[in-house]
Amino acid sequence: MRTPRLSSLAGAAALCLLAATACSGGGGGGGGGDDRMHVWMYQDTLVVVQEGAVERFNEDSETEAVIDEVPGDNYEERLRTAMGSSQQPDVFFNWGAGSIAPYVEQDMLQPLDDLLAEDPEFAESFIPSILEAGKVDGVQYGIPLRGTQPVILFYNEAVFEDVGVEPPETWEDVLDLVDAFNEEGIIPFALAGADPWTEQMWMQYLVDRIGGPGVFARIQQGDSEGWRDPAVLEAAEMVQDLVDRGAFGDSYASVSYTEGGASTLLSEGRAAMHLMGSWEYSTHLDQAREFAENDLGYVEFPPLPGGEGDPANVVGNPTNFFSVTAESDHLDAALEFLKYTAQEEYVADMVANGEVPTTANAEEAVADSPNPDFATFQYEMVRDAPHFQLSWDQALPPDVATPMVTEIESLFNGQTTPEQFVDALAAL
Amino acid sequence: MTGGTGNPVTAGTAPIGPSAVGAATRGSATGTPGGSRGGSSARAAGPRTGRPGAVWAVPGLLYFGIFAALPMVLVAYLSLTSWGGLGTPEFIGLENWTRLAGDPLMRQAIWLSLLLTVLTWAVQTPISLLLGVWAAGPQRSRAVLSAIFFLPLLLSSAAVAIIWRALLDPNFGPLAWLGPVLGLRSVNLLGGSTSAFLVIVFVSAWQFIPLHMLLYQGGARQIPASLYQAAEIDGAGRLRSFWHITLPQLRHTITTSSVLMVVGALTYFETVLILTGGGPGTDTTIVPFLMYRAGFRSWELGYASAVAFTLVVVATLIALLMVRFTGFGSMRSTREGL
Repeated sequence: MRTPRLSSLAGAAALCLLAATACSGGGGGGGGGDDRMHVWMYQDTLVVVQEGAVERFNEDSETEAVIDEVPGDNYEERLRTAMGSSQQPDVFFNWGAGSIAPYVEQDMLQPLDDLLAEDPEFAESFIPSILEAGKVDGVQYGIPLRGTQPVILFYNEAVFEDVGVEPPETWEDVLDLVDAFNEEGIIPFALAGADPWTEQMWMQYLVDRIGGPGVFARIQQGDSEGWRDPAVLEAAEMVQDLVDRGAFGDSYASVSYTEGGASTLLSEGRAAMHLMGSWEYSTHLDQAREFAENDLGYVEFPPLPGGEGDPANVVGNPTNFFSVTAESDHLDAALEFLKYTAQEEYVADMVANGEVPTTANAEEAVADSPNPDFATFQYEMVRDAPHFQLSWDQALPPDVATPMVTEIESLFNGQTTPEQFVDALAAL
Repeated sequence: MTGGTGNPVTAGTAPIGPSAVGAATRGSATGTPGGSRGGSSARAAGPRTGRPGAVWAVPGLLYFGIFAALPMVLVAYLSLTSWGGLGTPEFIGLENWTRLAGDPLMRQAIWLSLLLTVLTWAVQTPISLLLGVWAAGPQRSRAVLSAIFFLPLLLSSAAVAIIWRALLDPNFGPLAWLGPVLGLRSVNLLGGSTSAFLVIVFVSAWQFIPLHMLLYQGGARQIPASLYQAAEIDGAGRLRSFWHITLPQLRHTITTSSVLMVVGALTYFETVLILTGGGPGTDTTIVPFLMYRAGFRSWELGYASAVAFTLVVVATLIALLMVRFTGFGSMRSTREGL
């Protein structure tokens, strides 16, 4: 029995090796195994803007570019898997900072400083603070490709009118509103607690308003003791206070954002306010057009009493970026393609699709937006912000971001106290 | 799905010799290619017709080697490295394993996985056994109702999880208006630690009871009617017949179904990913989800490999133990003396 078994095992092993080497034999660099330049995009309705750029690029260039739309849910997993294989894209969509840091570490991305230095006009076409977010360790790896996405406090104007109150301008107002709406049986703040990144937005604003951008900057540099900054504890205590006051209702932990649970609460008037990224506007425009056009109000996150942070600071996603892989077969073409993101037609396409561009000259362009008031509000908010804090889970490396987001969720669920929250984060 | 259900169903219905059934089912239940003991005894007993043993096993062995054994060896190696999916894995010795031993999240995950396994078995076995035995009977409504009960099995796990997530929405799901009627102040099932876990148990039962019902139906159909007739003559009622004939006759089916349930529960994943995302907090983070979280959220593939390897070893051990202690391996016929 023994011998034949062993020999067939050996044969099997030999074949396995053969199969493995046969697979890895295929070509390096460029995408799907053809001559075209592959541009990876996160799949959503706004891709039409990039499609326009690819069309214009293909008219001018000898290299043919093609967009690969990757379904959004697993974009980062797919990208990372592709980057680890021989099927790397030439150009790809990303969030800058932490989202591309692992690739920079492996020298997989093309530095773009020379590109910007050679073409000052191109470099100056972006808002400087936004371009800054495309850097890793002081080297430019990303070129802005999307509109800006600050986090805004949305509210339902009709509900506010019915209850006879005004949108909050101070923290005092926020607490009064929580009581006022609870008395009326309306959830003060819609919150999709099953998707903890929505809770992260609260923490980001609270920590920034209390302690300023320095608190998180220290953490981002890898100093986990930074979580012990008093501002983090105070923010966590404020969250606990809000939860105890019923600011988010009592079933938020079961509400998911992706299924529209929180947004619908706001548009149906069952919740009064919703802290969310600027894309919330397009969501409502799509799901509840009448509400978006008539009753959707928006204000900045209020300042906190005694807070060190500038009340004009903003959190969210400054924008999305294009990066180029260093081993791309179409390196020159890819670099040339990046410049199409600063063209007038590109900016016009963005505005027409409701985005607020991050190019320096966008101020006049946003006047043509489908909703000029909202676009101008957003544009000025971002332009005047001394600091634009990138979402924490994008700014930190994934092995820290994953447990951090879980800790935030536990804090909101009342599963941990603010002190335990700080201890858990400092131990990361 | 057909690959999984094929063998056990055959085990219940095909009118072939006991040793052949034993070999086939053992292969599928424990994951070892070709039962050596069952096979050799058959060969020793039967006439030597020159069956080419080793050569016949080559396709199976190849498949098993490439898709099971080789990846497992690679996972074992990866568990000794630090690797983010890019570049070359860096050898770090036993660091992942010492971390695993001291990780409170892993301890919680093991506890939750075991709890899920026990609850899954305790909930699904009695229900599917009773339903299966019922469905094996001659009632008029049986075919229609069986077909309806069978429906959840046709849906993919992802679809099932998405449906239940929508149904359990606290504001817009059916429970939102049913809750107050039942006297619940708020419906926060997916947001509560215990309730979220019970939802997972419930949804997996809803999804998999049809499969096990089918197994028991097949098994119950095989029980010779003469046994029941004899019992009836002896004055046994329905309950006694069930207890003294149906249950003992279904012994092997119970084992098959239990092994499938236990291994299935230990490797349960999609529903947790979609329905709760391991939350609230980490309260539904069972071992397979922890593996996914470590590998594809935190990108610590070395650590995830250590979790995965532990899971494979534990699941295999439990399956082997179950097969050994239930006497499933020797698979004596339930129809001796008939």
